[in-house]
Amino acid sequence: MKTLDCLGRRCPVPVIELAKALPNLEVGDLIEVLSDDPASANDIPAWCRMRGQGFEGGSAPSYLVRRLS
Amino acid sequence: MSYGQSVPPTTNLDSASGLPLHPAAREALLTAVDEGWADPSRLYASARRARQLLDGSRAAVASVLGARPEEITFTSSGTSALYEGVRGLASARARVGRHVVHSAVEHSAVLHAVASLDTSVVGVQRSGAVVASEFAAAVREDTAFGCLLAASHEVGTLQPVADVAERVGSVPLLVDACQLVGRAAVPAGWSVLAASARKWGGPTGVGVLAVRTGVRFAPGWPEDEHQHGRWPGPPPLPLLLASAVALEAAVMESAQEDVRLRGLVDRIRAAVATIPDVEVVGDPVSRLPHLVTFSCLYVDGESLVRALDAEGFEVSSGSSCTSSSLEPSHVLVAMGVLSHGNIRVSLSRTTTADDVDRFLGVLPGIVADLRAQAGV
Repeated sequence: MKTLDCLGRRCPVPVIELAKALPNLEVGDLIEVLSDDPASANDIPAWCRMRGQGFEGGSAPSYLVRRLS
Repeated sequence: MSYGQSVPPTTNLDSASGLPLHPAAREALLTAVDEGWADPSRLYASARRARQLLDGSRAAVASVLGARPEEITFTSSGTSALYEGVRGLASARARVGRHVVHSAVEHSAVLHAVASLDTSVVGVQRSGAVVASEFAAAVREDTAFGCLLAASHEVGTLQPVADVAERVGSVPLLVDACQLVGRAAVPAGWSVLAASARKWGGPTGVGVLAVRTGVRFAPGWPEDEHQHGRWPGPPPLPLLLASAVALEAAVMESAQEDVRLRGLVDRIRAAVATIPDVEVVGDPVSRLPHLVTFSCLYVDGESLVRALDAEGFEVSSGSSCTSSSLEPSHVLVAMGVLSHGNIRVSLSRTTTADDVDRFLGVLPGIVADLRAQAGV
């Protein structure tokens, strides 16, 4: 599983980095996003919903996202 | 000072934060400064004139709220009315318990005021509205009171206040109507209500605390002759008269303004939705007429506010980077919608269709530029 280290980066950087990393994943792959920004707990799942990707859970500082499309 | 520089005209689209005095209120304020200086409790002609202005102001505000004049107390702000409402209910109902039910999207003033009590937080749907049955289900035997705002200051969604009030029965409901009064009909069912004059075009420095007759409420101040211990000292008569006049004007204009502003907001909602990866949040129909909120993916709210300001458009944002803390807006989080790149646009009686068109003209380019800078 790939890990995206966004520790210390302020919102919306973690979501931007997640969007950039997505094309490098196979559909069905999981990626772990490391983020200690308080907004990530809300904005990573919101991004998944808006972009049709899978939020697989997690809490600060580790979130799991699955590429669905 | 610089001269000859081309500065774009400033268009304020943040009426939900504050708006200029209504012209009728400005006139009333100046008149009342001259005519309403006397102590209304004295027994001479100038005092009787002041008393008339005070009683008239109270009656006008009461009428809009669907209240009786004696149920109205004037405070110094919507915030102080909310603090006093929470304190008065908590104190009067202490024997029942210290449990409070409130929605997850209350104004921070309410959240601060109930912080020392035992609270149950009722979540909201994606639209920002609570489900009335869920609110009622959170009530316990030791519930002192409930808090439900009439309409969200951040996203404009109306709450089912009357339905909730009916379901919670004898448990008093504190309704924060600060953003709604003067814009939409005041819902039935409140036991205690808070409002703010500056939100309806009145002056800063006037809040309204309404307490229904029969609701147990403990005065928080020594009982003086002014407002029965609910707020101390002589009320600022010129400000109260200006507030009442502004409210009457707002209500008189509201039927026309409701249609006009809804049309402009619908135009914003439709245009913003065509920008890629932008989500308009809040209920599209059951909402305040003048307010619309949206979030732009991959853009930070502060940059967006600053870029719009540079183009002459003044808006507010619920994104964390625009607040003093690192926390995103608790309202957007409760709704589960994107908190970054967030913009709240709120219109006023002076907002024109041209203002909205010019705003919509610059917004897509600003969003695209900021995304390009971020490399997306």
